[in-house]
Amino acid sequence: MANKGLLVHTALGLYCPKADVYLDPWKPVKKAILSHGHADHARWGSSSYLCTPTAAPVIKYRLGDINLETLPFGEEKLINGVSFSFHPAGHILGSAQIKVSYKGEIVVFSGDYKTANDGFSEAFEPVKCHTFITESTFGLPVYHWQDQKWVFNEMQEWCKNNRNNGQLSILYGYSLGKAQRILQGLPESVGPIFTHSTIEAVLNVMRNQGVSLKNTVTVNEHLTRAELLSGVIIAPPAVQNSNWLKKFEPIRNGVVSGWMALRGARRRRNADKGFVLSDHADWEGLNEAIGLTGAENIFVTHGYTDILSKWLIDKGLNAHPLETNFEGDEVL
Amino acid sequence: MPILWKQISKGMRYFETLFLCLEETTKTNEKVTALIDYLSSVPDEDKMWMIGIFSGRRPKRTVSTKNLRRWAAEKAAIPLWLFEESYHIVGDLSETIALLLPPPAIEVQKSLNEWIQLILSLDKMEEDKQREIVFDAWDSLNTSSRFIFNKLITGGFRVGVSQKLMAKALAEFTHIDPSDIALKLMGEWSPLTYSFQSLLENEENEGSHSRPYPFHLAYSINEVTDLKGEPTDWVAEYKWDGIRGQAIFRHGHYFLWSRGEELITDKFPEFEHLISVIPPGTVLDGEILPFKDGLILPFQHIQTRVTRKKITPAILKVNPVVFRVYDLLEWEGKDIRSKPFIERRTLLDQLFASIDSYLPLQLSPVLPFDEFDELKILREASSENGSEGLMLKNKHSTYSAGRKKGEWWKWKIDPFTVDAILIYAQSGHGRRANLYTDFTFAVYSQEGDLLPFTKAYSGLTDKEFIEINQWIKKNTLERFGPVRKVTAELVFEIAFEGIQESKRHKSGIALRFPRMVRWRKDKVVAEANTLEDLQLLLKKSR
Repeated sequence: MANKGLLVHTALGLYCPKADVYLDPWKPVKKAILSHGHADHARWGSSSYLCTPTAAPVIKYRLGDINLETLPFGEEKLINGVSFSFHPAGHILGSAQIKVSYKGEIVVFSGDYKTANDGFSEAFEPVKCHTFITESTFGLPVYHWQDQKWVFNEMQEWCKNNRNNGQLSILYGYSLGKAQRILQGLPESVGPIFTHSTIEAVLNVMRNQGVSLKNTVTVNEHLTRAELLSGVIIAPPAVQNSNWLKKFEPIRNGVVSGWMALRGARRRRNADKGFVLSDHADWEGLNEAIGLTGAENIFVTHGYTDILSKWLIDKGLNAHPLETNFEGDEVL
Repeated sequence: MPILWKQISKGMRYFETLFLCLEETTKTNEKVTALIDYLSSVPDEDKMWMIGIFSGRRPKRTVSTKNLRRWAAEKAAIPLWLFEESYHIVGDLSETIALLLPPPAIEVQKSLNEWIQLILSLDKMEEDKQREIVFDAWDSLNTSSRFIFNKLITGGFRVGVSQKLMAKALAEFTHIDPSDIALKLMGEWSPLTYSFQSLLENEENEGSHSRPYPFHLAYSINEVTDLKGEPTDWVAEYKWDGIRGQAIFRHGHYFLWSRGEELITDKFPEFEHLISVIPPGTVLDGEILPFKDGLILPFQHIQTRVTRKKITPAILKVNPVVFRVYDLLEWEGKDIRSKPFIERRTLLDQLFASIDSYLPLQLSPVLPFDEFDELKILREASSENGSEGLMLKNKHSTYSAGRKKGEWWKWKIDPFTVDAILIYAQSGHGRRANLYTDFTFAVYSQEGDLLPFTKAYSGLTDKEFIEINQWIKKNTLERFGPVRKVTAELVFEIAFEGIQESKRHKSGIALRFPRMVRWRKDKVVAEANTLEDLQLLLKKSR
């Protein structure tokens, strides 16, 4: 990588040889710095971890008894002369961009990010750097997000219509990130929010760390259908088409994801309704964020790496696709 | 899916909602309800366009897709290569354009008919003027309406409205018998030449002479034990691998229709002489087969017959065909589809007995058998007779429109299979837009070269595709645009229906209907099949 060897791309992940530290490594290492707690970024087995204080409780909850240190946003940590700091990525609660600097050379690893403020995660902050390593999950000009207010309104209309037809509304979203965004964003008028237990578990971890979240009720056998019909269920995507849902029929499946922008993806997910709401930047967001860093070297990872790189090269930037090992393309 | 009709203002939004609803539900009842809701809400012209569009009678294309792509890229202010990459991933041109364009200035409501008339008016207009009108339209439609507008230009509303479903909805809406409706929907008519009233009227009109009957279709079976009743209830025939055709002889005219409801009379001039042989008021159902010197030829020979615009004497000579008949639908001017199959077949036998053996017209033979078990032997031997398996028809069945369980069954012979090596991967379209699902496979030649010989797209589960995708990313050797060359390491079992010689492919081989059957994780590349194995298969299949 053209950053004077400050960060290198290895089989274990992005590596800073000078500090002997890995960023979001996908195999166990000695020292790991984590951008956020999603499973494809925070993996089990490393000897020590560093993340933001707001991301820490969920990471601990998921990875168990790990050696975890935290570093507040904007503060510096020196490791063998190399400075590391976290800066809000706006992706989920506690998600960070990781700034690495040494002798005036600055590299920023974006992790996953979105530029629009969702009102719950710490809002994205651009960081000036020489080299920017950006994600590109939705790095295609066909991805253009609507304002979240519009989407939540659409969700509310949909729930109301289902209720009038005696159908239970189920919204699918990843338990870390999307579930909180749906919960906080849904207008009060949709009624009580019921959750699947895996989502409730994450919500409780956050409540315990002092985050203010709306009230929820875990779905349980004492709830009558009438009670469930008065509200909406939030469940993780893995539950769709599982036995857990059978007892709720008739239901309507609403999948909440940026991928729902494409008809093909909606069909593939068997969504009755797709809500286009993403925790990643859309095409404009990516371009804006890249521009704001002022970086002359751009490395594009995780997504449409080739296409976004070529676009940036066309615009006169020094861009390269960077292969990652992140599992699956579809991060919800 | 229940629709919020009240929320829709008017105009094309009705059609848009109908389309989305048809696409999103798999339940017949919901589709029928949506169609009826649509029919009850729109003027007659919009009804006609809807029926026309969903039965393949789309408005004439007035703008080339090449221009649409260029204009869309221009309007979206992106280079053409980025447009093409986006299109590749989205998988649908109309959708790609709709998503790429900037938001509309103001929304304008026009009816489906009004938009179509606008599109038709673009015909033979100067390009600059066309461009201006298309830009104006894009500027006045929101993303989902734009998608419909683009679809109206490019055609191809590939949505699940079968003839049967449409007939059902129209029957409920008009209180006319569904089979009556199905018949009226067939043949040559267009929303430009027919009104909703005239389509549904009972009288004979010009189009009705050429009107075909809806084809009866077969379901597949895997085991002969699935057959109900006694062996004496069933008739066995070979299943032919050609083009299903319906030959109509009425009022001194002859028409040939394909199953896709295309009039293909001109493509097969050799059948025109049959007018002097077959009595008027006769409709035959059968298979058009490539046939020379007493043998059925590979399917590719018939492809040239339907794809060429002009059928020259040379083509007729190189790719001769026969019409192999297996059913009689109209006799002495009467629709006899409600007679049991065995009676129709007897009449067909009598017809053939009365005409001289006439080369381009053959009777598909009935295969005698006493026990169901004998069918297994017949099926095994069917490829020697140039067929791809057996057809099993219930003697008492009527000739109904479309598929009906328990009437006609097709029992195909097992496909060929080879184990081949994955060498290239390309991301898929549409449903699999962000996965590498389009694979190219190769086998080793004796010289040790890896020769690509087929592509395959389907046959694996989504889960398997995700696993393979991770492997692909870690094992990419080279990239050419959207294509990745990968390490020759993974072996897949490929099934296919036929193997042919091909000058276009380096391997000299082309497969019919190739698909992946399984990922052979248990095999290494040295255990895969070789070019020699494929050449042997080719020899055997000749």
